[in-house]
Amino acid sequence: MSQPTSALSNGKTASAPQWGRWLSLDNRYVPPIFITLILLAGQATYGILESYQKTLLAIATAMVVELILSRVFVGKWPHLASSYITGISVGILLRSPAYWPYAVCAAIAITSKYVLRYKGKHLWNPSNFGICVVLFLLPTSVAMLSIQWGNNLWSLVAIWILGSVIIWRLKRFHISATYVVSFLLLAVLRAWIIHEPVLSEISPITGPEYQLFIFFMITDPRTTVRSKKGQALVAFLVALLEMFFRFDQSVYAELYALFWVGPLAMLVEMWWNARRMKPATPAPAAALMPNAEAARL
Amino acid sequence: MKRGPIARIVLILFFIGLIVVPVMVTRRSAAHNADQAQTSEKTALARYGFYFTEVSKQAGVNFVHHAPVLDPKLAAIMPEVASMGASVTIVDYNQDGWPDIYVTNSREGTMNALYRNNHDGTFTDVAPELGIADVNKPGTGVSMGAVWGDYDNDGYPDLFLIKWGKPELFHNDRGHGFTPVTDVAGLPKWMNANTATWFDYDGDGKLDLFVGGYYNEDIDLWHLRTTKIMPDSFEYADNGGRKYLFHNLGNGKFDEVSARVGIKSRRWALACGTADLDGTGHQDLFVANDYGVSELYLNDGKRFHEVGEQSGVGFSPKSGMNVAFGDIFNNGKYSIYVSNISEAGILIQGNNMWVPQEATAGGQLHYVNMARDLGVELGGWSFGAQFGDFNNDGNLDLFLMNGYISLDRNRSYWYDFAKVAGGNSTIIGDAKNWPAFDGRSLSGYQEKKVWLNDGAGKFEDVARAVGITDIHDGRSVAVADLWNNGALDVVVANQDGPLLIYKNTVDPAEKWIEFKLEGTKSNRDAIGAEVTMYWNSQKQIQEVTSGSGFAAQNELRLHFGLGKNPHIEKAVIRWPSGAVQTLDQLSPDQLYKIEEPK
Repeated sequence: MSQPTSALSNGKTASAPQWGRWLSLDNRYVPPIFITLILLAGQATYGILESYQKTLLAIATAMVVELILSRVFVGKWPHLASSYITGISVGILLRSPAYWPYAVCAAIAITSKYVLRYKGKHLWNPSNFGICVVLFLLPTSVAMLSIQWGNNLWSLVAIWILGSVIIWRLKRFHISATYVVSFLLLAVLRAWIIHEPVLSEISPITGPEYQLFIFFMITDPRTTVRSKKGQALVAFLVALLEMFFRFDQSVYAELYALFWVGPLAMLVEMWWNARRMKPATPAPAAALMPNAEAARL
Repeated sequence: MKRGPIARIVLILFFIGLIVVPVMVTRRSAAHNADQAQTSEKTALARYGFYFTEVSKQAGVNFVHHAPVLDPKLAAIMPEVASMGASVTIVDYNQDGWPDIYVTNSREGTMNALYRNNHDGTFTDVAPELGIADVNKPGTGVSMGAVWGDYDNDGYPDLFLIKWGKPELFHNDRGHGFTPVTDVAGLPKWMNANTATWFDYDGDGKLDLFVGGYYNEDIDLWHLRTTKIMPDSFEYADNGGRKYLFHNLGNGKFDEVSARVGIKSRRWALACGTADLDGTGHQDLFVANDYGVSELYLNDGKRFHEVGEQSGVGFSPKSGMNVAFGDIFNNGKYSIYVSNISEAGILIQGNNMWVPQEATAGGQLHYVNMARDLGVELGGWSFGAQFGDFNNDGNLDLFLMNGYISLDRNRSYWYDFAKVAGGNSTIIGDAKNWPAFDGRSLSGYQEKKVWLNDGAGKFEDVARAVGITDIHDGRSVAVADLWNNGALDVVVANQDGPLLIYKNTVDPAEKWIEFKLEGTKSNRDAIGAEVTMYWNSQKQIQEVTSGSGFAAQNELRLHFGLGKNPHIEKAVIRWPSGAVQTLDQLSPDQLYKIEEPK
């Protein structure tokens, strides 16, 4: 999960609603504030974290690595909202009795932004990449949050309402909505195919990791395509690939689906854009400009 | 990017290193553990000072546990909901000085067994003739465990049978038979409990009884009115069975006082234990709950005060399945071992070793989980565990049961389990929403752990090397000196599997001492008495307890390993009555029978 706002706009919302001063807040701060609220509310009510220290370690690691890499490789100090979300996401989602996986995962996530790039853009959502890598390669050391939040309906409803409002404001509600509708329809299909109770197939989306996945990960503007229809299509494809991972009994199906679909969609879009722009210029001018690149990070 | 190719290469190498180094370290560590080869008995004796030999057949014990078969509405997930009931307790029921073994069965119509120690390495099941075998009759529920305590101070331990169904209290008729006294005692008609323990919470010299419920007591698991019987959360469930504290009135009757003394909880209790953790002379109560946090009830002699969260043990919810106390650092303080679930890549709860910290300014108890630092964190789907000095080197070691449901080796239920367990309470709370088990395993075929304490803050798993190689679904483990030879033997009860007796052979150069305590002013079993052993300028405390581990009870005798050439300084007994007795002139390799001064 990361930087949902940095690319949404260059600061303020284009058309600030009338109902509330808070809505005029710089968009870059909205997701960090939202996810922090989730963290604090979850910790106060259910003690969702193994420890504050581990979450703080993940946040600190993400921010320090971002500061260093941005300064060294981009030449400017970065805005830390993005790395803060990456760190806090790792801190919430990752489960390990040890401290080091939190630091390693956060560092991998942030570093991936600077290493795994194509034509000046990073392809993976950082926290999705970091968490998938450690889940896949370090299964004896880490797992992912799955059963926090008390399995309680009201905390779920509160997060969904607040999340929807914020995502709506950030003009990315269509992504979350497409994914949720797709997931539910495909859950019914899955249940029919494998002869399992429908509610058991719907169950995952009522859990906490999906709330974070839906509101923070798949909506990351830096790692999805630009057009609204394209974004909805990508969200559907994530749900579709997830279905096949679920047929293969992959516990972290949604993460792995995004891991594959997100970068592929980006590459397809880049290829498509390059084809359209080919007669005009040999390479996108923006990709050669350090400042534009810095903005993408 | 502004930097040149060299900087890019450094960045890429850093990135690769971030990924590769942890992978290499963890794989090397795993390989090291896997390399722990089976060794010969001679090698194990030379290297670790002991080895185990499984002798159940030679001992004449061929007990096999059978899991419950509950209401057909639960058929799809029967392996999960009927996954407990195998238990083992050690008792000298006839007071002949030799530990006997009582084991439970859990299918309607099956028999429990009481294996009388024949003093020659063999055992004979005497439960049928003594009246405590046929206790799983249809309509009365089935056994989940047992605890022994001499509630009427007549010198013979009585039996409380923990059940999903009608609990049973049996009076021990001087070792010649058992009389059911449940109704006279005033115990409830039905409960769905998995844990209990005897202790004298109010210091009146009579043993009281704590029982922890699992499923709600209103549920008859053989005749369900609804399938909404599952926990409403996998980490914060509070729809389980109630807790009971039966105050011993001294006339064969008990008064249920839990609410009056501050014990109100509906968490899903799976294990409990008592020890004087705060040095007040009163036994405190620790409860490990499935689907939630543990609870620590400090006892002021009249009331209990739940301090789980403040003390640190009740903050992070896991799947508590064991409570065992051990002075693992030989510093006169009990650490508490609570087992949980760890499955690679899916759920890494890790077991907890709660180590007490130095008292804060306010004098409050505070614990820190040091399981990882000590090396006793990852077991598997862990159940019972017991401390014991298996090689008599003077440091308490740890024996851990693992393995949940072993069916088809090649197909796992974990995906479906995780899929539903993470969902909303309305989904997970109803058994009909759970996918069918369909013969799959869930953390099955797991090895046990025998963690050897090096006395310097590290435990090493030597299970295979010392002869523990079974991969049954381990539940309950109890330790006792079954051969009266100064070595702690181990008895293991497996779910839907055989009872195993591991006879321990210890290097004779490693010395030991044992104490059999008998209360006079205190309860006769001396449950709650604490012995501090001083030798070689170190000390270790142990307390006589009833229920310990998971659905288990160790022998009441206390066993101290002393190492080679020990210089014994003294032993100090603090009796439950408050009396303190100092024993000098003690010799190693002896069993001392001590009666409380009148």
